[in-house]
Amino acid sequence: MTALLEAEQLTVGYGAAPVLHSVDLTVAQGSITAVLGANGAGKTTLLRTLSGLLRPATGRVVLDGQDLRGVKVEQMVRRGVAHVPEGRGVVTELTVDENLRLGGLWRRDRVDAKRALDEVYDLFEPLARRRRFPGHQLSGGERQMLALGRALVGRPRLLLLDEPSLGLAPKVTAQIMGLLRTLRDRTGLTVLLVEQNVRSALSVADTGIVMSLGRVVANADAATLRDDEDMRHAYLGF
Amino acid sequence: MSVTLAPKVDAGTRVPAAPRKHRYLVWAVVAAVLIVALTYALPPFRNYQLATVGAYLCVTAGLTVLTGLNGQLSLGHGALMATGAYTVAMVQEKLAGRGQWTLLVAVLAGIAVATVAGGIVGLAAARLRGPYLAGLTLAVAVVVPAIASTFDKTFNSDQGLSVYVDPPPLALGATFPYERWQAWLAWAGALLTVFLLATLVRGRFGRALRAVRDDEAAARIAGVNVARTQVLAFVVSAACAGLGGALFAVLAQSVSPGAFPISLSLFLVMAIVIGGLGSLAGAVWGAVLLVALPALTHSLTELIDVSPAVAQRLEGNLPLALFGITLIVVMLAAPGGIASLRLRRRKA
Amino acid sequence: MDRFVFLTFDGLSRGAVYAAFALALVLIWRATRIVNFAQGAMAVATAYVGYSVSAATGSYWLGFAVAVLGGLLLGAVTERVVMRLVDHSSHLNGVVVALGLVLVIQGVLGMIYGNEFRPAEAPFSREAFTVGGIALLSRFDLFVFGAVFLVVALLVVLFTRTSVGLRMRASAFAPDVSRLLGVNVGGMLTLGWALAAAVGSLAGMLVLPTELGLHPNAMDIVFVSSFTAAVVGGLDSAVGAVAGGLIVGLLLSYVSGYLGATVAPIAVLLLLVVVLLGRPGGLFSRSAARAV
Repeated sequence: MTALLEAEQLTVGYGAAPVLHSVDLTVAQGSITAVLGANGAGKTTLLRTLSGLLRPATGRVVLDGQDLRGVKVEQMVRRGVAHVPEGRGVVTELTVDENLRLGGLWRRDRVDAKRALDEVYDLFEPLARRRRFPGHQLSGGERQMLALGRALVGRPRLLLLDEPSLGLAPKVTAQIMGLLRTLRDRTGLTVLLVEQNVRSALSVADTGIVMSLGRVVANADAATLRDDEDMRHAYLGF
Repeated sequence: MSVTLAPKVDAGTRVPAAPRKHRYLVWAVVAAVLIVALTYALPPFRNYQLATVGAYLCVTAGLTVLTGLNGQLSLGHGALMATGAYTVAMVQEKLAGRGQWTLLVAVLAGIAVATVAGGIVGLAAARLRGPYLAGLTLAVAVVVPAIASTFDKTFNSDQGLSVYVDPPPLALGATFPYERWQAWLAWAGALLTVFLLATLVRGRFGRALRAVRDDEAAARIAGVNVARTQVLAFVVSAACAGLGGALFAVLAQSVSPGAFPISLSLFLVMAIVIGGLGSLAGAVWGAVLLVALPALTHSLTELIDVSPAVAQRLEGNLPLALFGITLIVVMLAAPGGIASLRLRRRKA
Repeated sequence: MDRFVFLTFDGLSRGAVYAAFALALVLIWRATRIVNFAQGAMAVATAYVGYSVSAATGSYWLGFAVAVLGGLLLGAVTERVVMRLVDHSSHLNGVVVALGLVLVIQGVLGMIYGNEFRPAEAPFSREAFTVGGIALLSRFDLFVFGAVFLVVALLVVLFTRTSVGLRMRASAFAPDVSRLLGVNVGGMLTLGWALAAAVGSLAGMLVLPTELGLHPNAMDIVFVSSFTAAVVGGLDSAVGAVAGGLIVGLLLSYVSGYLGATVAPIAVLLLLVVVLLGRPGGLFSRSAARAV
């Protein structure tokens, strides 16, 4: 498998205790990778650095062989990177429809942007019923669907998801995890998933990366991580 | 409220209060001696400028406490000065010719009226933040000419009132220059103001002011009465503005709405920002700048060869533009102002 | 009664201008959390330029266009060169920088044009039509209503019907998310300032002929009235700004008409105090708490 995304020696923050410390990672094309670890391990910082919201002090991010240094955040979506931030990032003052349209505004191909929008409505039926609702009237699950759907309108190659299960019922979480797998199988989407919910993340992921205090401490098959009892006790808490 | 605009210039609180207070007293006496010496060295016009610096200093010192230490921005201090000034004019008219003591009564009355006015604004201000407070105080500044015109029987509209001031006491000699006397009066007020404020803000009250500015919620948890602190800060700075305004009335021997335009209030804000918010030393810088910059542009227009009409335009407006540019540059480059630059250099 | 009718129409006409000006303040406040205290000065500056062009070419409308386009340009430059660099960690910083701009603009205008009042001509007659002996509206009043209505309609269409408007709203509400979705947030800010300043300039062109004329400080009181209008409506609400503008316009007209023109600024101050202390979120806010 070829690598879609590579991070080399990423250090974010300065001084004796940087938030990320010499992080290396590789995400294979068409894979689902889970980034695991306790609160404060640096998972969200890692995602924010990968999508360009944060500038690393040292190191670089390479997407499909291209160095992303100096690429502006607003250009990332044009390179196929979609970042769904923690807390879901729904613009609550805008309606469901406006949020979704926002996800495709950058696209030149207006016809396909419209088609992608309709696909999202097909995919997430509750959203189709609430097109004119402002974001703040949606439930947690609906907001997660909206954020995810808005990312999909851009037809990304790489989806960066930050805590999609946060505050959701287990059933909804399972649905979303199942959806990620379907999308990957159907479109070849590559997913990098930051999760606290280790069980559900490893249930869907091919690979797991375990972080602790800003460093990568393990990088292995999801199955291996699931079965590695020491690892589970030490870092994953189950 | 954040701290960016207002650098923390905190003196160590471990030093016992009493020696510190004595030190301020020593400073005040030394400054007084220097000023008196200076007034003998300077020609009358320079003494008048020196007096103006003193009057401004009362206001900028008070505004520093309000904006720099407490984080409340007032664009209405020009109006508070006007209340002090008009009060002096009215009291002096009633008491004219009864001796030097009437001036003290008039100035005290001016301070009292400005304090009451400031208390009213402060009560409203304590419930307002940021741009809302700025807008309200701006409205107060705008209303001065309207009040003078509406109650023209009392305030005589745009013409304003004249202020009776006695000549210098005969004990000083028959030929004692009037401007030197004015400088003495203004600086007596200024030094007293700065001394009292310096003493006040080093203590409990000062800590409360800064705590409220830095984080209202935290200050409340620490037992500070936030609203009361904010109103008190307004009252204290209004009293200072009233004194400054009163001194202005004495110096100009007249009061009119034109002497207290909005730009005066903006100048005052500019002076304390450029001087460095949060330190009384900054207030001195600011007061000096308020007099020095227009004087400099005046000399400049005399140097270049232009028609009188053009010179007049430049003289009135060049300082405005320069003040504005300086204000913007200082805010963008060094939000702490000149005093913080000095401090930073010393620390580095 | 005749007088009341006349004052009502007059108040609505003034109010329309305050509404436009307040709308401009709200645009910038929503996008940047800055109240643009320099907006009055900026509008005066473009009006001076506009009237200079009119005087040089003999065409009022050319000058009018130059003033409004000048506002667009001045707004964009102000955002790019100055406001973008403001440290937003304190409310005070933006206000103080805007005040610096006021001083610069008024100083420069004074140097170029002097501090005398200059006539600001109206493009239409300001003489009121009379219906059944009651003076109602002038042609100029109709022009004011038409212009403000057009501006409000265009802004509504822009913000609710176009993708640029969607980008602008998203940038204001959630800048980071918008950037992740490929929106040029900085560009939207510049555009927002440009539009707001152009609306402010238009309001200036509409109000100056009804005041004493052109003067570097001519918009000071208009600014305070419009700020009051924006606060009455709730600084976050565009609809509120329009309603607030009309309310302030009517108040000023009645007070000037029945109590005298000099009382008007005092009435504005009182209204501002009452609203700020009673309903700091504005008369039209759903919750009073979210305002400050």
